[in-house]
Amino acid sequence: MLSVKGLKATVDDKEILRGLDLEVGAGEVHAIMGPNGSGKSTLAHVLSGREGYEVTGGSVTFEGRELLELDPEERACLGLFLAFQYPVELPGVNNTYFLKAALNAKRKYHGEEELDAVSFMRLMKEKLKVLHLDDSLLKRPVNVGFSGGEKKRNEIFQMALLEPKLAILDETDSGLDIDALRVVANGVNSLRSPERSMLVVTHYQRLLDYIEPDYVHVLAKGRIIRSGGKELALELEEKGYGWIVDEAAA
Amino acid sequence: MSATPDDVLPGDAKTAAQTSTKAAEAEAEYGHLVRSEYEHGFVTEIESDTLPPGLDESVIATISQRKGEPQWMLDWRLAAYHKWLEMPTPKWAAVHYPPIDYQSISYFSAPKKKELKSLDEVDPVLLETYEKLGIPIEEQKALAGVAVDAVFDSVSVATTFREKLSEAGVIFCSISEAVQEYPELVQKYLGSVVPPTDNFYTGLNSAVFTDGTFVYVPKNTRCPMELSTYFRINEAKTGQFERTLIVADEGSYVSYLEGCTAPQRDENQLHAAVVELIALDNAEIKYSTVQNWYPGDEEGRGGIYNFVTKRGDCRGDNSKISWTQVETGSAITWKYPSCILRGDNSVGEFYSVAVTKGKQQADTGTKMIHLGKNTRSTIVSKGISAQHGIQSYRGLVRIAGKAEGARNHTQCDSLLIGDKCAANTFPYIEVKNPTAKMEHEATTSKISDDQLFYCRSRGLSEEDAVSMIVNGFCKEVFNELPMEFAVEAQKLLSISLEGAVG
Ligand SMILES: Nc1ncnc2c1ncn2[C@@H]1O[C@H](COP(=O)(O)OP(=O)(O)O)[C@@H](O)[C@H]1O
Ligand SMILES: [Mg+2]
Repeated sequence: MLSVKGLKATVDDKEILRGLDLEVGAGEVHAIMGPNGSGKSTLAHVLSGREGYEVTGGSVTFEGRELLELDPEERACLGLFLAFQYPVELPGVNNTYFLKAALNAKRKYHGEEELDAVSFMRLMKEKLKVLHLDDSLLKRPVNVGFSGGEKKRNEIFQMALLEPKLAILDETDSGLDIDALRVVANGVNSLRSPERSMLVVTHYQRLLDYIEPDYVHVLAKGRIIRSGGKELALELEEKGYGWIVDEAAA
Repeated sequence: MSATPDDVLPGDAKTAAQTSTKAAEAEAEYGHLVRSEYEHGFVTEIESDTLPPGLDESVIATISQRKGEPQWMLDWRLAAYHKWLEMPTPKWAAVHYPPIDYQSISYFSAPKKKELKSLDEVDPVLLETYEKLGIPIEEQKALAGVAVDAVFDSVSVATTFREKLSEAGVIFCSISEAVQEYPELVQKYLGSVVPPTDNFYTGLNSAVFTDGTFVYVPKNTRCPMELSTYFRINEAKTGQFERTLIVADEGSYVSYLEGCTAPQRDENQLHAAVVELIALDNAEIKYSTVQNWYPGDEEGRGGIYNFVTKRGDCRGDNSKISWTQVETGSAITWKYPSCILRGDNSVGEFYSVAVTKGKQQADTGTKMIHLGKNTRSTIVSKGISAQHGIQSYRGLVRIAGKAEGARNHTQCDSLLIGDKCAANTFPYIEVKNPTAKMEHEATTSKISDDQLFYCRSRGLSEEDAVSMIVNGFCKEVFNELPMEFAVEAQKLLSISLEGAVG
C-alpha cells in the first residue's frame, strides 16, 4: 500500500524528516507516536502533497505509484486522505456542497459518473447513520464556527464519504473530550476494512485505547526510532518518550 | 430636489478616510491559472444600419427621426446636448484612461430586421449568439416566469411574455416605444431622478440614447414575473447609450434583472447608460445586474469603458429599492448605484460583487442619501482583485438634517489574489442629524495556502478550489440574487477567475 524509504524533508532549509522508513500494508492500522515537534505533521503533509516542504531524499510509493510526483488533488483522487490536525475554515462554502464537489472530483478522476444531488443526499444519509452523526453540520459553511470536536467529526465524516484507501489521521484526538473521542474512534473503527489502511498520528496513548493499532512506531527527530505492537504504546504511556530517544541517541 | 453626484461624491479623494491595501506576500505560484480567453468574445454577423461616426445637432435629429419621436423628445435631447457641450469630463474617479474622441463614435446602430412578433421571426444568427452566451432565449421562454426583452445593439428585437404582463397592467417595453405609447409617463418621470445635467455621461446619454427599457407597474400590483433584459454590444465602434426607466406605483413590486456580455473588440468601447428607478409609497424595486463586458486583453486593450449612472428614488413613504450587482467585466467601470431615501421609513440596499483582474480598473460603490425620517440603508460590498486589477470602493452615506432616526450598516470586504493587485476603500460619511446610527465594517483578506491545500487534499483542483472560496466570499451578495441569476453569477465568477489567480 504505502512504502516510505529514507524520506528526508526540509522546511525553510531546516531538516525535519531525516531518513524515515515506513511500510504500511493493506488493511493495517499503524500508530505514529512521538514528542511534540518530532515531525509527525510534517510527515502527514509531505505524504499528502502540501507545498512548502522540500523533499531532499528518499522515495514514497503508494499503490505502486511514485507519490511525491503527484499533485495533492491527484493523491486524494487515488485514495489518500488526510484528516487535518487543524481543519481549515472556508467561509460561505456550504459543507454539503463542498463534500459533493470533492466526491464528484474523485469520481470524475476515475471515469465514473458524477452523483446528482438526490443520490448524493442519499449517500450522505447512509454515512451519517453509520457514524451516528446528525446532519446539523452539513448546512453550515465548512468548519466555520465549528467547535473543536465538530471539526474533527467533520473530518471523519469526509473520510467516510470519500472512502480512501489510506487515511492519515493527524492528532484527531487532540482537544477532544472523552465523549467526542469515543464518537471519533467509533467512526474510525467502523471504517476499518481489509482494503483500507490507516496511519494514526497521536501524541497520547489514549486514542489507542479506542482504536487498536496493528503496529506502533515512535517518531523522534525526524526518524522512526522504534517500532512494535500495541504494547509499545502502553510502555510509552508509562515511561514517556525520553528513554527511547536517549536509547536511540546512544 | 434630487442630489447630484457632483455634490454627492466629494471630488477630492485625498480628504477621505482612506484605507489602501496592497498584498504584501510574494506572488503565489498559481500564475499558470492566470490566462483565460474571454469566453463570450465573438462577433455576430448581422447586417446593421449604422450612422457614420460623429455627433452634432443633425445626428441627434436623425436619431430622433429614425425613432419616430415627437417634438418634445427631440427638444429634450437637444437641450441636453447643449448643456453637455459645456460640461467637463469627471476627473476625480480613481481610474485612468486615454481621452475619448466622442466624434469617432457612431451613435446609432440597429439590426435591419425589426418589429418581430415572436421568436420564430428572430434572425437565427442572433438566437445562436444567445446560445453561445449560454442564455438561450428559447430556454428563457420556457423557464418559469422570466420575460426577456432582448436588447441587441440598440433596438429591441424580441419581447416575450407581453400578454401576461399586460393582463396585470404592467408595461414592459423599449424606451422608444414608451416615448410613443406612453408619453405622459415618460415625460413625467424621465430625467426626474437623473437630470441630463447630472454629470458628463448623463448629459451625453440624454442627448443620444437610442434604446433601453421602460417599466411601469401600476398601483397595488405585484409584477407576475422577473423582468429581464440582456444587453450586448455588437457593432464595432457603436457606443451604447441605454436608458432605463422603472416606475413602481404605490404598493407595487417589481424585480428586474439586467445582464450583459460583449464580444471581443480592438478598440475601447464607451458605454454610458442611465438607469432611473422610482418607487412611490409602499412600493419596492429590486434591480439585479450581472455584468460581463469585455475587459480587454491582458494589457487592457480593447475593453469596454463602462460609465453608468444608476439611481433609485424612494420617492414614497415605506418604499424600498435594492441594487444587487455582480461585475466581472469592463476595462474601466465607474458606477455608483445609489438610493435617495426621500420617503419616510424608506429602505435602500446595495449588494455588490466586483472582480478586477488583468489591467481592469473599477471605481464603484454606492450613495445612500437619507432625506426622510427613519430611513434605513444597507451596503454590502465584496471586492475581488487579482493580477494587476485595481479596485476602489467609494461609498457615500449622507444623513440630512431632517432625517430623524436614520440608520446605515456598511460592510466592505476585499479579497486579494496575488500581490500586484490593490483594493482601496473610500468611505464618506456626512451626518447632519445626531440621531443617526451608523455602522461600518471593513476587512481585507487573501485566499490562504491552508484553504487551498485543504480543498486540494479533498481532490479539488486548484482552480475549482479558488472558485469555491471566492464564491463563498460572495455568498451574502449571491443570496440576494434571484435563483437563476445566482447560478449564472457563480458561473460567471468562476469563468472570470479561471485566469485570475496569480
Ligand atoms: N512551516 C514551518 N516553518 C518552519 N518550521 C516548521 C514549519 N512547520 C513545522 N516546522 C518545524 O518542524 C518541526 C516538526 O513540526 P511538526 O511536524 O508539526 O511536529 P509534530 O506534528 O510532530 O508536533 C518543528 O520543530 C516545527 O517547529
Ligand atoms: Mg502535529
